[in-house]
Amino acid sequence: MKAFADLLDRLSYSPSRNAKLRLMADYFRTAPDPDRGWALAALTGGLPFSFPLRRTLTQMMDRRMDPVLFRLSRDYVGDTAETIALAWPAADGTVIGGQEHRTSSPSHRAEGASSTPRRAEGASSTPRRAEGASSTPRTEGSGAGGSSPMRGEGNAEMDLRLSDIIADLGLIGRNELGARLEGWLDRLDATSRWALLKLLTGALRVGVSARLAKTAVAEMAGWRVAEIEEVWHGLAPPYTELFAWLEGHATRPNLVGTPMFRPLMLSHALEPTDWAALDLAEFCTEWKWDGIRVQVASAGGKTRLFSRTGDDIGHSFPDLIGTWSFDAVLDGELLVVRDGAVAPFNDLQQRLNRKGVGKKQMEQFPVHVRLYDVLLIAGEDLRQLAFSERRVRLEAWFAGVRPRRSDLSELVQARDKAELERIWAGTRATGIEGLMLKRRDSPYVAGRPKGLWWKWKRAPLTLDCVLMYAQRGSGKRSSYYSDYTFGAWRETATGGRELVPVGKAYFGFTDEELLQIDRWVRNHTSDSYGPVRVVQPGLVFEVAFDAVARSTRHKSGVAMRFPRIHRIRWDKPAAEADRLETLLAMIEA
Amino acid sequence: MPKPLTFESWLQPEASGLFCLPGKFHIDPHRPVPRAVITHGHSDHARPGHGAVLATPETIAIMQTRLGPECAGSFQALALGERVGIGGVAVRLLPAGHMLGSAQVVMEYAGARAVASGDYKRRADPTTRPFELERCHLFITEATFGLPVFQHEPDTREIGRLLASVHANTDRTHLIGAYSLGKAQRLIALLRRAGYSRPIWLHGAMRSTCELYARLGVDLGDLPLVSNADGKLPGEIVLCPPSALKDRWSRRLTDPVMAFASGWMRVRARAHQHGVELPLVVSDHADWPELVSTIAETEAEEVWVTHGREDALVHQIGLMGKRGRALALVGFEEEGE
Repeated sequence: MKAFADLLDRLSYSPSRNAKLRLMADYFRTAPDPDRGWALAALTGGLPFSFPLRRTLTQMMDRRMDPVLFRLSRDYVGDTAETIALAWPAADGTVIGGQEHRTSSPSHRAEGASSTPRRAEGASSTPRRAEGASSTPRTEGSGAGGSSPMRGEGNAEMDLRLSDIIADLGLIGRNELGARLEGWLDRLDATSRWALLKLLTGALRVGVSARLAKTAVAEMAGWRVAEIEEVWHGLAPPYTELFAWLEGHATRPNLVGTPMFRPLMLSHALEPTDWAALDLAEFCTEWKWDGIRVQVASAGGKTRLFSRTGDDIGHSFPDLIGTWSFDAVLDGELLVVRDGAVAPFNDLQQRLNRKGVGKKQMEQFPVHVRLYDVLLIAGEDLRQLAFSERRVRLEAWFAGVRPRRSDLSELVQARDKAELERIWAGTRATGIEGLMLKRRDSPYVAGRPKGLWWKWKRAPLTLDCVLMYAQRGSGKRSSYYSDYTFGAWRETATGGRELVPVGKAYFGFTDEELLQIDRWVRNHTSDSYGPVRVVQPGLVFEVAFDAVARSTRHKSGVAMRFPRIHRIRWDKPAAEADRLETLLAMIEA
Repeated sequence: MPKPLTFESWLQPEASGLFCLPGKFHIDPHRPVPRAVITHGHSDHARPGHGAVLATPETIAIMQTRLGPECAGSFQALALGERVGIGGVAVRLLPAGHMLGSAQVVMEYAGARAVASGDYKRRADPTTRPFELERCHLFITEATFGLPVFQHEPDTREIGRLLASVHANTDRTHLIGAYSLGKAQRLIALLRRAGYSRPIWLHGAMRSTCELYARLGVDLGDLPLVSNADGKLPGEIVLCPPSALKDRWSRRLTDPVMAFASGWMRVRARAHQHGVELPLVVSDHADWPELVSTIAETEAEEVWVTHGREDALVHQIGLMGKRGRALALVGFEEEGE
């Protein structure tokens, strides 16, 4: 448990992707089976349990700790689980619990010969059990002893194993959890107590995506993550066969008849020079839908819905895939569609990143998949075929199967480039994100191959905004104020004007510009809160964004989609920046 | 039998600090006073402008170096354990274990003994003498970490985490924010004790305090300045004041792992607030178990709390069956810790 806890601890403080990969790869290389497999399950959100802990924890602390001290601690720390992890009192009822560092004995002499540290005694520690904890008294200050053993800190033999805890959790009933948890907490150090409580709630929140954890596993073995993705959904924790395969002790796991993710083919943004060089006759054109890219895989009676990074998101969409059963892997766009019309992205947002989904949401935001490619049909791999051939196979397959809540993405016809340019220019008015250009002869290649698929996004919206707050970045940018919150003007009730924040962006500028903005921020700071500086209204950014929607989560009542710094308007006075009404007028119905 | 004097009749918290009436001296006053007893050299305890200062020889040396040789009208050095009479009060200084030269102030008057702890810790520290416990009737304690959530990790564990990170990231600099006086030298000494013999690089602001420690007999090994480095110091350890972590100064290092050595690092929100990648729980103050056990061991019947998180500690003192009182003395900083 200790190695896993230390990993989570370090991950939670590591801002950079590379540092996280390094930490995880080191862990996976050194941790034994099946612990590392359970750790991988935890990091990829694949643990088969989650416990609502609130009541259990409250009851437990009521028995263990003086309520006033607990409340004051909780108020300071700001998080119940962390407070418990940090302040966890020893089982004998002494918060101060004679730890390893009570040293000098009372002395009236100045020489202090008796004050030798007695820290070494901790090595003989025995874990304390929680039995009878309910009869122990509340916190008292009398436990000055120093004779009780220190709690399970750092003693490898006594270390509880992650896999033991997981195994126990599978055996106990919900009402036994409290007693079992107390016993574990008594045996763990503060970091491990924190990690255990996180583990039980099922949400680690250490800034690691499932994809990143899989990447670390792949890199540990010198492989590409795509090879892990191809087998991932046929495997289950604790992934011993995966590690055995990666380390060369076993063959690739056999996964026939399991719906699995295949790495996606991605496109490049179309630049004017690309457009000039492009021969339209070699390309098919589709609308670029403003939803999220998904892969549908169905086999053996099971259907899965994957995000573009291979995360299984099917649990949020039972209304979509619940009735689907076929044998194919398809590529398409997840959208909210009402009466045949595509709703704005903001509607789809209401269905994303949710653990469960309610009936009301399913009715209010009906989801739909618009298909545009096919990778496999009935076990036949079509990825080497040309796009135009795959399109024929897709149309034929769709005509036969017709899954509910799906349709085919139509091909856009244009006689020549001039006509296609006119169509592209009209996409904003019709609520479409732009166009996709796909070479007719392109095979389905995982990754982002150059020259085969182009995305041609509609021109962005722009707004002149005033910089309000700047936050220090992370990793390489940790000494730079690189994350910017900007605002637009609004009238106040008294007839004055105020800035109201409308968005946040941290890219779109060059390194040289970053240096200049950083300098400006440091010279125009009016206040600061931790890593955030409040600046005087004086710097105008021309902010580009793809769309804007109403939002109840923002003070301004609007949220920008994909905002980035388009230009820095050093020349423009802040007073001449745009007003909130201008932004509100850009909301698409 | 005359009724014993109350402690308040001869020790009083005043606007400028704790005042001993019969001795006519203040302890760690934050405004200039005629006579001051100074527990240690940190700037929130040792301020300039007093008429006469009584302190350990190390504390006087630190004050004169940092604040100038004329920072008080006169100095009187009192070695640890020695006794001096001031206006009928017998005064002694005992080691507090907080930093080099730090002392508790023992005052005996009218048959009662009071101990003012100053800042203290109970753990071993290679740069200073360990805390000595004195039984007393009144114990006046600090409470910087006066909440049960503060239970500092063993320093060997934290140094181990630092060295493991250095070994795992030889392509990056480890930049450790640490208070320039006391904490920085303790960290260096702990690293040396753990067998780290490479040069430890310093921010310019750390140089004078490290030289002072060396003059006072604390050997810290090779401590070159970052400004004299040829390259960007990948794989090396660099110490700087906490404020330099977010400063442009750090850009001269290679993709630095930002670390911060402080007791506050135990609480995640505090560590995140400083934006550090490697929080190190190394503190020169007593943690909660140390505060509580020290109070118990002094056998004091009454305990006053000078500064810090006093509400929880005063509550705890009540649970222990003693009389507790929060003095809420002003002028002490906790952020530098």
